[in-house]
Amino acid sequence: MSGAADREAVFPTRQSLGIMKAKLKGAETGHNLLKRKSEALTKRFREITRRIDEAKRKMGRVMQIASLSLAEVTYAVGGNIGYQIQESAKSARFRIRAKQENVSGVLLPAFEAYQTEGNNDFAMTGLGKGGQQVQRCRETYARAVEALVELASLQTAFVILDEVIKVVNRRVNAIEHVIIPRTENTIKYINSELDELDREEFYRLKKVAAKKQRDNAETDAQMKAKKAEQQRLLAIAEGENVEGEQATEAPAASEATDLPDDTPADILAAEEDEDIIF
Amino acid sequence: MATSQADAKDRQFLAVIGDEDSVTGLLLAGIGHVTAPPDSQKNFLVVDNKTENAAIEAAFERFTTERKDIGIILINQHIADRIRNRIDTYTAAFPTVLEIPSKDHPYDPEKDSVLRRVRRLFGE
Repeated sequence: MSGAADREAVFPTRQSLGIMKAKLKGAETGHNLLKRKSEALTKRFREITRRIDEAKRKMGRVMQIASLSLAEVTYAVGGNIGYQIQESAKSARFRIRAKQENVSGVLLPAFEAYQTEGNNDFAMTGLGKGGQQVQRCRETYARAVEALVELASLQTAFVILDEVIKVVNRRVNAIEHVIIPRTENTIKYINSELDELDREEFYRLKKVAAKKQRDNAETDAQMKAKKAEQQRLLAIAEGENVEGEQATEAPAASEATDLPDDTPADILAAEEDEDIIF
Repeated sequence: MATSQADAKDRQFLAVIGDEDSVTGLLLAGIGHVTAPPDSQKNFLVVDNKTENAAIEAAFERFTTERKDIGIILINQHIADRIRNRIDTYTAAFPTVLEIPSKDHPYDPEKDSVLRRVRRLFGE
């Protein structure tokens, strides 16, 4: 919906033009930076997906070996030890620790497996027979779990990166397709409005100048007329036939001056009436 | 990000939902943990043919949302298939859900929810 008319609601002033220009510049810088961030993350993401693919396949093999060694244990012990082991499990010997890795401002967790010393829940397992197989099976499974932990941290990184890349790309697109066009539109709008104002101002000045000129010309003409009149009056001071003309002019002038005097009086009277009504 | 960082620090256990052999083997490796007596909760669940899907879902729910000390959940793929919908809709980063193969059921990368996403991203 980023049509040509889409712009921000601002007053077309020079100040907001400056603000908009700064905003456009900021948006372009931000767009570049975000794009680079997105590229860096995507590179990392591709690497991780490739490693996940490998690790998943490796896990399949490792778990197969581990299952085989468990089968050996079952054979050697001569019965199912599952129940015994489930009951004797008390405290985890094999634990994980989460570390953080920073990729372009995104914290990716990485699990690290470690074994606590001193607690062995299965000291009695395989005591009668098959102890060696149990020991070997434990080692095999410990290796398998290590591989699983590595895979899990890859997978966590995958999930987080996936999310972050989506967000960053959304931002990049929003800036590119919404914010920048809209700011550009706003700048265009402000510029056109300012131009319009300039033209109006110019026209007004021209009008004022023309009016002044006209007024000057008028006053000049009046002055000239007055002078001519005076000269004429002086010249025909003795003559009587001009008097009649002057007399006709004088009443007309007095009427013109009377009218403005009357109207304020009317308005005042009207107001008084209204006051009385209310 | 700060919350997930603090969140990740406390998670130090693995949890297992699997058939008897898988659970036994992983417990032998030493991942089994039972919390202090009052509500002694195990971090593993043995699933067999008689276990109902509701029980698996409840365990999955408990490991993912209720317990804050579990970082990785290992689940057998054939069991994950039984609650496939729940696994596919689970998108949180912590705890990580990892599908593992079991002895009787070979591993099928096509079913893995994460691998499917990997494949989709590469357009395969």
